[in-house]
Amino acid sequence: MQLVCPAGNLPALKAAVRQGADAVYVGFRDDTNARHFAGLNMDDKQFDAAVAHIRQHQRKLYVAVNTYPQPKGWERWQRAVDRAADFGVDALIAADPGVLGYARQRHPQLALHLSVQGSATHAAALAFYAERYDIRRAVLPRVLSLAQVRQVAAASPVPIEVFGFGSLCIMAEGRCHLSSYITGESPNLCGVCSPAKAVRWSEDAQGLSARLSEVLIDRYTPEEPAGYPTLCKGRFLVGGKRFHALEEPTSLDTLDLLPELAAIGVEAVKIEGRQRSPAYVEQVTRVWRAALDAHQVAPQRFRVQEEWRQVLAGLSEGSQTTLGAYHRSWQ
Amino acid sequence: MKLSLGPVLFYWDKAQLGNFYAEMSALPLDVIYLGETVCSKRRAFSLDQWLGLGRELQTCSQAQIVLSSLTLIEAASELSSLRRLCDNGQLLVEANDMGAVQFMAERKLPFVAGPALNLYNGHALAQLQDSGMIRWVPPVECSAALIGDVLEQVRDMDRDVPEVEIFAYGHLPLAYSARCFTARAENRPKDDCQFCCINYPDGLALSSQEGQQLFTLNGIQTMSGEVTNLLADYNALMACGADVLRLSPRAQGMAEVVTAFDKVRQGEAPPLFVDGCNGYWHGHAGMLKVEEAGLC
Repeated sequence: MQLVCPAGNLPALKAAVRQGADAVYVGFRDDTNARHFAGLNMDDKQFDAAVAHIRQHQRKLYVAVNTYPQPKGWERWQRAVDRAADFGVDALIAADPGVLGYARQRHPQLALHLSVQGSATHAAALAFYAERYDIRRAVLPRVLSLAQVRQVAAASPVPIEVFGFGSLCIMAEGRCHLSSYITGESPNLCGVCSPAKAVRWSEDAQGLSARLSEVLIDRYTPEEPAGYPTLCKGRFLVGGKRFHALEEPTSLDTLDLLPELAAIGVEAVKIEGRQRSPAYVEQVTRVWRAALDAHQVAPQRFRVQEEWRQVLAGLSEGSQTTLGAYHRSWQ
Repeated sequence: MKLSLGPVLFYWDKAQLGNFYAEMSALPLDVIYLGETVCSKRRAFSLDQWLGLGRELQTCSQAQIVLSSLTLIEAASELSSLRRLCDNGQLLVEANDMGAVQFMAERKLPFVAGPALNLYNGHALAQLQDSGMIRWVPPVECSAALIGDVLEQVRDMDRDVPEVEIFAYGHLPLAYSARCFTARAENRPKDDCQFCCINYPDGLALSSQEGQQLFTLNGIQTMSGEVTNLLADYNALMACGADVLRLSPRAQGMAEVVTAFDKVRQGEAPPLFVDGCNGYWHGHAGMLKVEEAGLC
């Protein structure tokens, strides 16, 4: 199984390469990708350096152009596809049928991967993209149980990539407008969720309040750890009860499932987190490389080491991890 | 301007569905969408029963009847059901997932592209038109300006524009998950949900700790807390090229809603401001009421 790691800048890319990523995925510095955060992603010069570094170490470079263009910005997405092709990247990760159609027609040699934002959860949806755009791989949304991943992989016309570790979207990717409902900006159109510019912290007698566009997402007592107010991970009232009505702050961690994912024939495991620091990428990549290597050497004896678990837990939201939808009881 | 009745997004029992459609069949609706789009475990009606209801409605109303497909397909059984729905041989299908698009294209049958398909530009629309799309229901977060731009882009490509249907009334379907939030709120595992969403015919309200209504939980679907209502924007809807206005069913008062929209389109009543959010339509956060926020 290939290990696909995130990089929001050149130091993160180098960290991923250093720790043994087989492939690194990046984005351009604009709203053509789903991590359009201030200070993140690469300009042309950095991109040149990234390509050179990847080639020198014989790894793969993937570029995400995976938001949905609006007519007014269409040329920006075309340009992003052209730039990716010109840089000679190993694959373009895209979701929009218009972008995929353009890439296939204009750059027949460019390998295309269907982004998780394409929301393809079964073989018939994958066939749509495979037949029209000759995609070489598809990233599955984090909504399927392990048994369902097995079924999809068996029937899929293309190899499958799944998420292994990182922040967890509780909603099917590409099918969530919660952020734009509250803030006006969504992952599909703007490449952001719960954008930082909409966040406001305040402290008063009731505690520390985290707001998004003035909507109270959560409120913390001094003893409670406060997290970024991603709106699906706040505490809300339902039926008079206050709780994490959608999801707790937690990260996906599937190390325990590695043997099953390998047995299913999953082609690649993706680490989420282009918005994370180089140090984060370095540590997560190191652990996953070690785990994949250990599994490769002796699949029957594979066991998750306590040190790996501790490192990943320390890097997780709310210091807790979950198997997410892979494990039916989470659903 | 045509008026459509969207698929019932909530879980209603057989009697409630029967009574509802009996009432709706007498109203001036041009399109009626049937079928289960949220959760495959909801089985008040089987596919055959939806088709039977469709036949009935075709004889007793003038409306075009359309069968809407499930939005989030996870299990192999759901994919089989989707295939059977696309093979119904009787009704036009609303595709809410690319799998439905694929099945309809394989059968060379026309289809409606539902609001859960991510179609935000003319090039994407053209790709779907080539697969048989005849009507586009834009994602609910699209503004009037964006929809206008998309249609202009389609024209610039020397293509015919599809019919355009705008989600004009009801709780906005915002998100889909593997998790059932209604079951979670009742502390039940999804596999033993006891069909608890049937107890919430208008969904389960979720509010902030300050009591601000934010979302409506409807099984695996998360909807807007506010009801959207674009009645006051009727003239702008006409101007931007909308052909159909979708009214999404609620448990109470739907006949009055249909009548209110019908009166405005007949010119019998002015499109006055009514309660409900309309931020998306005006290019803002969806939850906003632009008149109240001073944004229009």
